[in-house]
Amino acid sequence: MITSLLELEELANCKRCDEASIVEELRVCIGSSCVSRGADEIEKNLKTAIENKGLQNRCRVKGVGCSGLCANGTLVSHYKNSTKENTLYEEIILDDVDALVASIEEQKSYSLKVCDTNQLFFTKQTKIVLENAGIIDPNDIEDYIAHGGYATLFHVLHEMMPVDVINEVKISGLRGRGGGGFPTGQKWESVYKVQSDQKYIVCNGDEGDPGAFMDRALMEADPHKVLEGMIIAGFACEATKGYIYVRAEYPIAVEKINRAIKQARKLGILGNQIAHSGFDFDIEVRLGGGAFVCGEATALIASIEGNRGNPRQKPPHLSDYGLWGEPTVLNNVETLANIPSILKNGGEWFKNIGTPTSTGTKIFALTGHIKNTGLVEVPMGITLRELIFEIGGGVSDGKALKAIQTGGPSGGCIPTQFLDLSIDYDSLKSVGTIMGSGGMIVIDESSNMVELAHFFMDFCKSASCGKCVPCRVGTTQLTLLLEKYIAKEATQANFELLKELSKVVKGTSLCGLGQTAPNPVLSTIRYFESEYLEGIKND
Amino acid sequence: MNKIRLATIWLDGCSGCHMSFLDMDERLIELAPYFDVLYSPYVDTKEFPENVDLTIVEGALSSDHDLEIIKKIRANSKLILALGDCAITGNISAMKNLYKSEAVLQRGYFELSDINKDNRYPSTVVPKLLDRVIPLHEAVKVDYFLPGCPTPADAIYEMIHALINGTIIDISKYTRFGK
Amino acid sequence: MIKQKVRVKSFKINDITVTGRSDQTLLEVAKEHDIFIPTLCYLEGLSCVGSCRLCLVEVKGARELVPACTSKIKEDMEVFTTSEKIDSHRKMILSMIFSERSHTCSVCEANGDCELQDKSVELQLDHSLVPYIDSRFAIDASHKNFVHDPNRCILCSRCVRVCNEIEGANAINIGGRGINSMIIHDMDEPWIDSQSCTSCGKCVYVCPTGALYEKEITKEDVTTKREIIRNLLKNRAENE
Repeated sequence: MITSLLELEELANCKRCDEASIVEELRVCIGSSCVSRGADEIEKNLKTAIENKGLQNRCRVKGVGCSGLCANGTLVSHYKNSTKENTLYEEIILDDVDALVASIEEQKSYSLKVCDTNQLFFTKQTKIVLENAGIIDPNDIEDYIAHGGYATLFHVLHEMMPVDVINEVKISGLRGRGGGGFPTGQKWESVYKVQSDQKYIVCNGDEGDPGAFMDRALMEADPHKVLEGMIIAGFACEATKGYIYVRAEYPIAVEKINRAIKQARKLGILGNQIAHSGFDFDIEVRLGGGAFVCGEATALIASIEGNRGNPRQKPPHLSDYGLWGEPTVLNNVETLANIPSILKNGGEWFKNIGTPTSTGTKIFALTGHIKNTGLVEVPMGITLRELIFEIGGGVSDGKALKAIQTGGPSGGCIPTQFLDLSIDYDSLKSVGTIMGSGGMIVIDESSNMVELAHFFMDFCKSASCGKCVPCRVGTTQLTLLLEKYIAKEATQANFELLKELSKVVKGTSLCGLGQTAPNPVLSTIRYFESEYLEGIKND
Repeated sequence: MNKIRLATIWLDGCSGCHMSFLDMDERLIELAPYFDVLYSPYVDTKEFPENVDLTIVEGALSSDHDLEIIKKIRANSKLILALGDCAITGNISAMKNLYKSEAVLQRGYFELSDINKDNRYPSTVVPKLLDRVIPLHEAVKVDYFLPGCPTPADAIYEMIHALINGTIIDISKYTRFGK
Repeated sequence: MIKQKVRVKSFKINDITVTGRSDQTLLEVAKEHDIFIPTLCYLEGLSCVGSCRLCLVEVKGARELVPACTSKIKEDMEVFTTSEKIDSHRKMILSMIFSERSHTCSVCEANGDCELQDKSVELQLDHSLVPYIDSRFAIDASHKNFVHDPNRCILCSRCVRVCNEIEGANAINIGGRGINSMIIHDMDEPWIDSQSCTSCGKCVYVCPTGALYEKEITKEDVTTKREIIRNLLKNRAENE
C-alpha cells in the first residue's frame, strides 16, 4: 500500500535504481500489430538466446507498447543505459533473433535492419499521450511509477479540490477525442454540479471505426495512464466507480488493463481511501460484444447495464441520467490519457500546444494507401500535407493522392485541394468531415469514391442496431442504391433519391450512428459528383 | 371540345381494377363524352397509339415485355395514372419477389405441370420474367397514384372527374392500400 | 437520481399557447390540446422509445427535428408539428417502413384494421418513395392461438414493451440487428416452446399491423379484445 507521494517517490526511486543496474535493454513491441506478426515468439526466443549466451545480466528483454511504425513490424529497439542511446530495428522476424543477439554480444549494431529514427515519421511527432509507449513495460506498474506515473494523481488528491481540477481541464481546452469534440472540462463540470450519492466515470474503449486503432495501442502500451486519468476524473466529478468498456476483439488491451487494475488495487491506488486521501474509487472492465453501435454513449451504457446495446433518445443526457440512471461522465480512452499530463504541467501548458480551439495533440492511425502505416501523435493544427507526406511518407506504390477519409464511417473525405488544411475540429468540419476518433485513411488515384461510400454505408448497415426506422431501413436502402451506381445501372431519379434519403437519414435518425451514416455519401457527392454520374446509365 | 385521348392497359394484375372501372356503371355514360378510348382491354387495338393524353395502368411490371411497353407508354403519354395496388406497390404480383422468379417457374412449369416433355421453360413466345416484380414508378415517372385492391369505382370516378375538371382531390377519402 | 419537482409550463405549439406539466411530453400535451401528431410506435400506457420517428416535430432553436413522444416540454419553447420539411421527412420515413418488409394489404388479416394503413392515409402517402427491399422471414404459427408473421412486422416494439411492462413476462424481445431484426420469443425458439409466454395475448392486441394475430377469431372479437387491452393500458397509465 502506498499512502503518500513520498512513498510513491520512494518506490519510483527504488525501481529506477534497479533499472540503473541494467546495462542494455531489448524492447520488443508487443502491441497487437506486431504480435500478429509473431512478436510474442520473437520476445520468447530473444530471451532464450540471451540466456544461452549468458548475457542476461547485461541485456534484459522487455515487452513494450506500440512505437508507431506498424507497417515495419515487428519492431525491436536496443537501448543502452550508459549513453541513453536507442537503436530501432524494423521488420524483425524469428530468423533474425540469433544474428541480433550475436550483434549485441559483439557490441555492434545489427545494421541489416536498422530503422532510421531521424526520419520525419519520428521527428515530427509530439508525444504526450504516447510518451511512455515503446518505453515502459505495460505489465509493470512500477515501470510506470518510475517514469513519473501516479505522482500527478497523488498531487491532485492531496493538494487540489475537485473544482480546481475541473478548472485546470477547462483552461487546457481539452476536447473529447472520441469524435464529437465536446469540451471535457464542461462535461465534468455538469456532472460535478449534479447532486447525487452515486456517480460514474465510464471510459469508452469500444473503438470500432474501420482503420482506427489509437485506443487499442494506448491501452496496450500504457494502461496505467488511462487508469490515472480516470481516477482523476472520478475525483473531479465526485464519482466513486469507473467502468472501462473495451471491445472483446482487443484481447491484449483487455489483458493489460485488467492486470493494471489488479496492480493498482494492490498498491492502494484503486479502492477505498486512495493514498489516505478519503477518496474511494474503483474500476471494472466490461467487455463489448463487437457491436459498433455500442461506441455510442447511450448504447454503451445500456450494454454495461447488461441490456441489449441499443441507444436511446437524448435528452436526458448522461450527465443527468447515465449508467443505472445516475450522473455519468463518458470519456474516450485518449481523452482520459491526456488528463495526467494536463494536471502535471498545467492547463496553460496544454493550451499552448495545437490551435486555440483545438488544443493539445491527437493520435492518428494512418492507414490505406500510405507508406508508413501506423500510429502517430501530432499537435493539432498540423496540415494534412505534413501528416500524409512528411510523417506518412506519402502514398504507397508511387501513386497520386486522391482523398483522405477521416472520421471513419461517420466522417467524410477530403480532396487534395485541401492538403494545406490545418487538422483541427473546426477546419475539418468546414470541409464536411469530422475529426472522429483519429482514423485517417489515405486513398490513392486508383480508388473509386462510390465504392468507398458503399463500403462505409454497408458497414453502417451491418452496424445499425435496428431500433429506429431511418437508420435501419435507410442505411439498407442507401447501400442498395449505391450498388446500382457501382453496377452502372442507376437512373437520374436514383440520384435525387440518394441525396434526399441521405438528408432524411441524417436528420431523423435516433442516435449518432444513423445521423452520421450518410456523411461519406454526402461528402463524396460534394467532391466527386462525376463518379456518381458515371454510374447513371443512359436510357 | 377536344376529347381526352385515353388508353388503359392491364399488365401484371388480376384485371380487378379494370372490372372496378366498369363498376362505375352509369357514370361511365357521364364520362364517355369526354374521352376517346384509343387502346384498352375494352377495345381491340393491337399497337399502343401515339399522342395519348392519359394512360391508366393496372398491374405491376413483371416481364421484359411489361418493361418495354411501360417505356413506350411513358414516351407516348402525357400523363400516367397508376391504378390499383399492383401498379403502385407490386402487391400480389410482387409476392413472388420473396421467392424469386426462378422458384415460381419451377413450381409452374415443372412441379405442377402435367405435360412438359422437353422439361424446359417456354422461352420464345412467353416474355421473360424480370428478376423482381416492380411497381410502375420504379421504372418510369408516374403522375398519379390511385391505390386499392381493387381501387373502388368511386375512387376511380372521383379521380377521373377531378382530372377532367383540373381540380385536385384528396384520394385518401375514397381509397387506400388494400381497400 | 434526483426527482425533479413538477411544475406547470406554458409554451407554443403551432403558434397556439398551451400549458402542461413539466413531466409531460410534447406528444401528451399536444394530444390534450387536440393537436395532431402522427405516431406509430407510441401507445398510451407503454414506455416511449422514439423508434418510428413519425412524431418528429420542429422545435425552434433545435438543430434537428425531435420526437414528440420522448421530448419533455420546456417553458417558452416553440414547437411546429407540421412544415414542408416535416411532412416530406415523415413521408420518406413511412415509405421506408412500407419498403422494409412485404406489406401486401390485400392478403393481410389486418387489412382495414391496420395502423400502418392509417398512416398512409393520414400522411397522404399514395406510393412508396423508396424501392421495396423484398426480404422474407419464416412465419411462426406454432402457438395454439396466435401467429407471428415477421413479414408484416414494423419493429415498433410495442409487443416487447407490453410483455415486459404490463404482463411482466418478458417473453418477447428483439433478436438480430439492423435490417435483420426480428421479434423473438425467449431465446429465439418457436412461440409454443416459450417458457415465459403466458399466452395472455396482450402482444397481439397492441400490434399495429398484422404481424401478430389471433387464429380463428371474428373481426368483432378482435375489436372487443383490443378495446379491453388498450383500456387496461390506459387505466394503468392514469393510476400511476
